[in-house]
Amino acid sequence: MQPSLLSAILFATIVAGTPLIIAAVGELVTEKSGVLNLGTEGIMSMGAVAAFAVTVHTGSPVLGILAGMTAGMAMGLVFAVAALTFMANQVASGLALSIFGVGLSAFIGKPYESQALPSVATWNVPGLHKLPLVGHAFFEHQGLVYFSWALLAAVAWFLYRSRLGLVLRAVGEAPVAAHSVGYNVVRIRYMAVLFGGAMAGVAGAFLSVFHTPLWVEGMVAGRGWIALALVVFATWRPARVMVGAYLFGGCMITQMFVQGSGMHLNIPSQFLSALPYAATIIVLVIISHNKATIRLNSPASLGQPFSPEA
Amino acid sequence: MPNAPSETPRLVIKGVSKIYPSVIANDNVDLTIMPGEIRAVLGENGAGKSTLMKIIYGVTHPDKGEILWEGSPVTVQNPAHARELGIGMVFQHFSLFETLTVAQNVALAVPGRLDLAGLSRRIEEISGKYGLPVDPRRLVHALSVGERQRVEIIRCLLQNPRLLILDEPTSVLTPQAVRKLFETLRQLASEGVSILYISHKLDEIQELCHTATVLRNGRVTGHCTPSQETPKTMARLMIGEDLPTFHHGEPEEGREVRLRIDGLSVKSEDPFGVDLEDVSLEVRSGEIVGIAGVSGNGQQELLRAISGEEPVPDKRWIHVCGVPAGRMNASRRRALGMCFVPEERLGRGAVPRLSLTDNVLLTAFRRKMVRFGMIRRKAAKTFADDCIRLFDVKCGGAASEAKSLSGGNLQKFIVGREILQEPKVLVLAQPTWGVDVGAASFIRQQLLCLREKGTAVLVISEELDELFEICDRLVVIAKGRLSPSKATSETGVEEVGVWMSGMWPGAEPAKDEAPHVA
Repeated sequence: MQPSLLSAILFATIVAGTPLIIAAVGELVTEKSGVLNLGTEGIMSMGAVAAFAVTVHTGSPVLGILAGMTAGMAMGLVFAVAALTFMANQVASGLALSIFGVGLSAFIGKPYESQALPSVATWNVPGLHKLPLVGHAFFEHQGLVYFSWALLAAVAWFLYRSRLGLVLRAVGEAPVAAHSVGYNVVRIRYMAVLFGGAMAGVAGAFLSVFHTPLWVEGMVAGRGWIALALVVFATWRPARVMVGAYLFGGCMITQMFVQGSGMHLNIPSQFLSALPYAATIIVLVIISHNKATIRLNSPASLGQPFSPEA
Repeated sequence: MPNAPSETPRLVIKGVSKIYPSVIANDNVDLTIMPGEIRAVLGENGAGKSTLMKIIYGVTHPDKGEILWEGSPVTVQNPAHARELGIGMVFQHFSLFETLTVAQNVALAVPGRLDLAGLSRRIEEISGKYGLPVDPRRLVHALSVGERQRVEIIRCLLQNPRLLILDEPTSVLTPQAVRKLFETLRQLASEGVSILYISHKLDEIQELCHTATVLRNGRVTGHCTPSQETPKTMARLMIGEDLPTFHHGEPEEGREVRLRIDGLSVKSEDPFGVDLEDVSLEVRSGEIVGIAGVSGNGQQELLRAISGEEPVPDKRWIHVCGVPAGRMNASRRRALGMCFVPEERLGRGAVPRLSLTDNVLLTAFRRKMVRFGMIRRKAAKTFADDCIRLFDVKCGGAASEAKSLSGGNLQKFIVGREILQEPKVLVLAQPTWGVDVGAASFIRQQLLCLREKGTAVLVISEELDELFEICDRLVVIAKGRLSPSKATSETGVEEVGVWMSGMWPGAEPAKDEAPHVA
């Protein structure tokens, strides 16, 4: 394989993995607090359409991201009110939110379907982007790609080094105990859900404003569900979320290159299209099959409602 | 003595009431505690002890009444507020986070910046001062129950409490560990800390407490000085009547072996579980054998292997009524005449959302409740009604959901359901855990009756008193191994307590440096 092709595949892999990382890290924080929000797909859709619309009207991708984030938090708030305040079933509320978000975004996005945005310029890391092979692949990206790396590092630090992260994990592990120690479980879970919503919104914004700067109905295309799966298969650990996201992105890009290269392979294209999903799940299942690590990292109260009165 | 008249009481509770939709948990309760006083709060399950403590600690709020803290009225908002005031609490069901380290667990209850290194040093200081050894870097799930309790106590002590509340602290400790705990508590009291000690164990209260307040059905029914009472008189205050005494015939020799476990070794499914190593035991018709031990030493794994919840690889490891049953599932073992009462009532012993009748069907269907694959509702209903009547289960009838029953009543129902099946072998785990004193003695009496009818009974329990009361023979489980058996009449609490830490004659020395004992 020529170096330039490899570099191009690496580059595209990182771009493809970025929205997954952002959305999955947000969901990871939500789930670490013990809340299962299955609405990621819908939230990403709403984030994407809000970001696209605002960018079209203002011409500013930064305002677009903020709009995506705000839309994501609004969706998160809807979920939080239903699931945390009114203690509705989290699975059902999350699924409803996904369906609702995908539908509403299609409705809002109708007038924008024929429009396109100029692509957002990349920012090259001074010096490093000149490196052979990896320079282009890693250091000539749009701002949100670097943001996703910073986000990973920040969340890992937050969860394992900060006091509030410790409290968050404690709430997800044993909400009753956390309450009896004196923490406001519902409030902490609200914060976690809002953060998860905000990140899913940003991930949606990345898709519609940065990745392919246009709006098409259904453009999130299942990435929200993949992000959810990544969190579980990564056993709730940020570093593994990154591995999973890039693995998925890499398989996706590679199979597209293969399909597009005109290589005469005797493999049905449907199989190639399914490969990224299958490969990601298989690899993550293999690296996370250890029961002890699952028990140590999974939030024990995931999906269970908590009422301070009971 | 702590009761110098000039002192301000540490805590005064006046006329506190708490009413839940279905029950009055506290009805006009008064309680006073002085600095340096150890006061017992005595009462059966459901008497309102825990609710009262939760009110003091700010977990719930009273509907009526007044709380005076060191002379001035307060409304305790929440546990954090309680801790600020100087109230610490050690919970019955520990409020620890299993996947975090000891230091992290403590940090969660200490305000301020996260400084684990500094905190670890303070933990070691306190643990040295009060004789509560524990390593701050270890993960809580790897700790024994006794060690966990130490973590809870250390967590309280770090905040220099002036009132310490302990909710049934000894239910999970070996007798030796109880003695150590009492030393710590006396040391604290001598430093002026007030201690509220919740328990239903009368002998412990006599040994430790200066004063006692007795609750029954949410009301204060009396105050007493434990050192001037006998367990009998305190029991009368607590349950309102005398406890029945047991009659206990001699076991007959030479009866058939109903349950034989032979060289059973099982690797635990649970990564934090205990492996069973070469467990052998025989239970004969007409005898009650008890397995003592601190929880978390393999009891769960053993019960699962015996009940067939986890069949074992070699069928000869377990014989039920002479039939090799190691590889049979629970249902086939029941067909051989074996019945079980698991420790976990909701989820293992009964399905929470099914009616009592349906719960009867689940294990007793062989008693002509199913014909040609069709359920005979009437037979099941009759069985459930009999069980409710004979075992005095307080509930809204056979159609009520299992989870609507209180813990003690559900336990009576489950034990009753198994006993009424006239088993050849009955295996019970914690048969009276969380059951009030009256119901517990009723259950024990029923087990003795069953023994007289020739059933082989195996009881796994952490309550030594219970085992000594009903068992013919005792064995001890520690770290997944079983001690030799001893006739109850030839041993005592002291010896069994030593065995519970794994040191019986001929035992192999401990393999790891962290023994699973208190």
